[in-house]
Amino acid sequence: MEFAELIKTPRVDGVVLHRPFLPTVEGTLCLTGHHLILSSRQDNTEELWLLHSNIDAIEKRFIGSLGTIIVKCKDLRIIQLDIPGMEECLNIASSIEALSTLDSVSLMYPFFYRPMFEVIEDGWHLFSPEEAFKDLESMTDEWRLSEVNKDFTVCPSYPSLVTVPKDIDDDTLCKAAAFRHGGRFPVLSYYHKKNGMVMMRAGQPLTGTNGRRCKEDEKLINATLRAGKRGYIIDTRTIAVAQQAKARGGGFEQEANYPQWRRIHKAIERSNILQESLIKLVEACNDQSNSMDRWLSKLEASNWQSHVKEILTTACLAAQCIDRSGASVLVHGTEGTDSTLQVTSLAQIILEPACRTIRGFQALVEREWLQAGHPFQQRCAQSAYSNGKPRSEAPVFLLFLDCVWQILRQFPCSFQFNEHFLITLFEHAYASQFGTFLGNSAAESRVKLKLSRKTVSLWSWVNRPQELERFVNPLYEPNSLVIWPSVAPQSLLLWEGVFLRWNRSTKFLDEAYEEMVHIIEYNKELQNKVNSLRRQLAQLETEDSPLQTP
Amino acid sequence: MEHIRTPKVENVRLIDRLTPRKSVVGTLYLSSTHTIFVENSDARRETWVLHSLVGSIERPPTTPSGSPLVIRCKNFQVYQLLLPQEKDCVDIQASLIRLSRPDRYGELFCFSFQPNVDKEEREKAWGFLDLHAEFSRMGIPSNLWHITPANHEYRVCDTYPSELFVPKSASPAVIVGSAKFRSRGRLPVLSYFHRDTSAAVCRSSQPLSGFSARSLEDEQMLQAIMKSNPASEYMYVVDTRPKLNAMANRAAGKGYENEDHYTNIKLHFIGIENIHVMRNSQQKITDVGDMRSPSMGDFLWGLENSGWLKHIKAVLDAGVFIVKAVAEEGVSVLVHCSDGWDRTAQACSVASVLLDPFYRTIRGLMVLIEKDWVSFGHKFSHRYSHLEGDPKEVSPVIDQFLECVWQLMEQFPCAFEFNERFLLQLHTHIHSCQYGNFIGNSQKERRDLRINERTHSVWPHLWENRAEYINPLYRADHSQSKGILRPVTTPYCFKFWKGMYSPAERGVALRQSPSDSLNAVREESQQLEEELSAHQEVPRETDAGQAPN
Repeated sequence: MEFAELIKTPRVDGVVLHRPFLPTVEGTLCLTGHHLILSSRQDNTEELWLLHSNIDAIEKRFIGSLGTIIVKCKDLRIIQLDIPGMEECLNIASSIEALSTLDSVSLMYPFFYRPMFEVIEDGWHLFSPEEAFKDLESMTDEWRLSEVNKDFTVCPSYPSLVTVPKDIDDDTLCKAAAFRHGGRFPVLSYYHKKNGMVMMRAGQPLTGTNGRRCKEDEKLINATLRAGKRGYIIDTRTIAVAQQAKARGGGFEQEANYPQWRRIHKAIERSNILQESLIKLVEACNDQSNSMDRWLSKLEASNWQSHVKEILTTACLAAQCIDRSGASVLVHGTEGTDSTLQVTSLAQIILEPACRTIRGFQALVEREWLQAGHPFQQRCAQSAYSNGKPRSEAPVFLLFLDCVWQILRQFPCSFQFNEHFLITLFEHAYASQFGTFLGNSAAESRVKLKLSRKTVSLWSWVNRPQELERFVNPLYEPNSLVIWPSVAPQSLLLWEGVFLRWNRSTKFLDEAYEEMVHIIEYNKELQNKVNSLRRQLAQLETEDSPLQTP
Repeated sequence: MEHIRTPKVENVRLIDRLTPRKSVVGTLYLSSTHTIFVENSDARRETWVLHSLVGSIERPPTTPSGSPLVIRCKNFQVYQLLLPQEKDCVDIQASLIRLSRPDRYGELFCFSFQPNVDKEEREKAWGFLDLHAEFSRMGIPSNLWHITPANHEYRVCDTYPSELFVPKSASPAVIVGSAKFRSRGRLPVLSYFHRDTSAAVCRSSQPLSGFSARSLEDEQMLQAIMKSNPASEYMYVVDTRPKLNAMANRAAGKGYENEDHYTNIKLHFIGIENIHVMRNSQQKITDVGDMRSPSMGDFLWGLENSGWLKHIKAVLDAGVFIVKAVAEEGVSVLVHCSDGWDRTAQACSVASVLLDPFYRTIRGLMVLIEKDWVSFGHKFSHRYSHLEGDPKEVSPVIDQFLECVWQLMEQFPCAFEFNERFLLQLHTHIHSCQYGNFIGNSQKERRDLRINERTHSVWPHLWENRAEYINPLYRADHSQSKGILRPVTTPYCFKFWKGMYSPAERGVALRQSPSDSLNAVREESQQLEEELSAHQEVPRETDAGQAPN
């Protein structure tokens, strides 16, 4: 298919662009296969380059022959284009609509994007399961890397290599896979070096209504327990939801079959409810006419903050079981690709200082989200403005980032990255020139899409020194401790950096950030000066000493 | 001491409300001024609670593990104790109720508080803030404004300061006549003068206009105020009350200015609710802050239901309106409510903080509170129940002002010299009665109590400890610090003030304060600077020493 077929009018002159916090610009609107561009051809005004894939929804309005297109983006920004001429406007609108909803992944921009920078360190090869396993091997010899899924047949959403207990053979894994939703048999998610406890994740067990059991599954997870120790199964669903799942062939671990495990149910909502929540929240944030009562009641009704609290609470619970109770944990929900990953990745942020570094966080996103088979393509197909019937869209990853931001707010010195880094990840998960978040699983991205050959990794770009600089938290001081966030509603805030980003200027907050950087930079500068002076002085003293005796 | 039935109870448990397993056992002492808890541990850690800071003492039913006692302080700290014997618990509660609610000023802690300062220093301390100097900083007196002796010995108004600034053109007869036409004689006088535009912020109480009464002198007074700003052709009268309330007051012979009688005034109602609504609202927000592991829904519902942030927004909006009039239109404003000592004080002082960078410094905020609140007869002792009295007089009026400042600090992190701790400390001192500054309800009352001779002033004390209250991000020359603040008052800009209403949660959720760590960095930088300059002097000294050779 040629993009040209979809572009009915490639350019229109005299278009006026309105966008938040910037002066209006008049110029020429151009449509390319992947971008909407507005250029005034003047040096001092900023051009607009908008990826079609960032467009969530558009609205058209006409006053006489002047058309207006409201473009609502997945990063929650809303811009307005005034286009002279009804026909031009209609053409542009229908082209944008077609180009922003392309079904075929291989037509996406990352497959056409050529980096303007030299890739020094290829992000595609930074975080392999082999590398992660090397780290693990240095701490324990109780685990092995299994190739049972090497052609993605045992579990289509798992990577080709997974870490499993050493004593469990591939045959057992296959049988356990048949007993778990989507073939997602229990695998290692995290090893807690401090006490050797582990966190595993899986899909729900397929017990069904007649209480099926699977000896191999039991054997597999029991193999992670120390003699005489009990473990915890954290089911991210309420008991009622888990019960209902039985009717559809799913279910939960029966006490009788898993006597060494205690099951705890939490209440993280399913994806379609989260999507609804996002839509309501963004609607509330964008309505400037709200009275205080109405704003607070809409914020409450959106339930977004409740989801943040519930996810964080569950992650704290998992971390507590491991660190405080010294027990191993198995986390699952239904599919094991959404709430499960929120919990396992946040628990690692709490427990593992390495995850709070920029590189460590990338590794975490790779391990616990991309390779663990979170279906980014499906979840991030639409954002808060989509008026189409939601299919499998859900802000699962955004909620995870929000939770990380909450912990970052509470421990502002313990993270090597800043809020800007989290916002950047949010943007790229929804629309990007990089291939990192394309596809729904390792199988898809490696075998079908061949992303690592055909696209550039987000990490290749992020890790360039000049980009990294923008993501570094100046307050960071490595903290080797477990950090326990407060999950009290009094301590959880609305993530303004994302949800109010386009509604209120951050000029004064940005200035404060710069001031903070300035204070710390100045201190470093002084330290360097003092140190070099001290060295000089010491040198002078040794050189001068013979002269002092006349 | 006659109120203390049981001075000492052993084996008392101080419950950590967030993590009960961290609770400690120790001994509880009652002194005439404090409740003191001393841990049995080797550290013998002590917790001191001032009686005058105690708001309420509850005694939930006795349980098998002991008799609980909950002490709630006026700064929203809560102490939960478990006593072994119910009898002791009853005694302690009775004593504390009596000790925390004295019925005479003489019993207040400030009259017995003896810090280590001599008489001379104490006198000097009371002169630490100088309102004369403050008015001359604004350029007052000037050729249009002067000080009037009319209120000497509080003859015209016993709740006003004895020195008042009024338009030069207002004759003594106009001043006295205007005072007679205003509730409690609180005539229109100058609160803040904006040099850039020559527009003034004046304050008063409501006029006694009823349905038809008028006073030529009062009308002349407003005319004089308007004329004292030569460039303007009209002035605003900002009635901070909801219009309905203001109208209801007319039936009682009070009310608001009739625009037909006063020439060239524009009346504007703001809609800040009265002290009773605010008292109930704060009770609700306190309950919200104090909730034990609420759901997010409970919390947000409670926040909405309390109406608290709506009230804070109303106060801030009043300030924003005044600033717009004074700074942008260059028009003078007269602010009043009913008596002119609550909402009026809020509106004037919020406007001042927005208008004038000086009030965003540590000293400036002290001056502002001294001027708009203390000297203008904000009824501290009534509002913050320093003495046993009418509970209907109690209301968190200044709390709302402090919170407006806090909300502004959240929007303008570089614009304030002080930090949140300073606001919280001010709030505590306003309630604690440890210093004499906030005792009584007017300047006259404090004079009669001989506060200056018998108590100490808090201002120099706060000033000496200012290092604790510094906002590291503040720089006087920063563009954000200079000029006028124009805050956004869309509802989503207002936050729940955790530091005030959830003190326990504050400790837990902010174990890392960026502000403190930045202050530490700055301190280190200072030391490095000193070391650098010391090093740089060394070679010169050596040069000088070698010169004779």
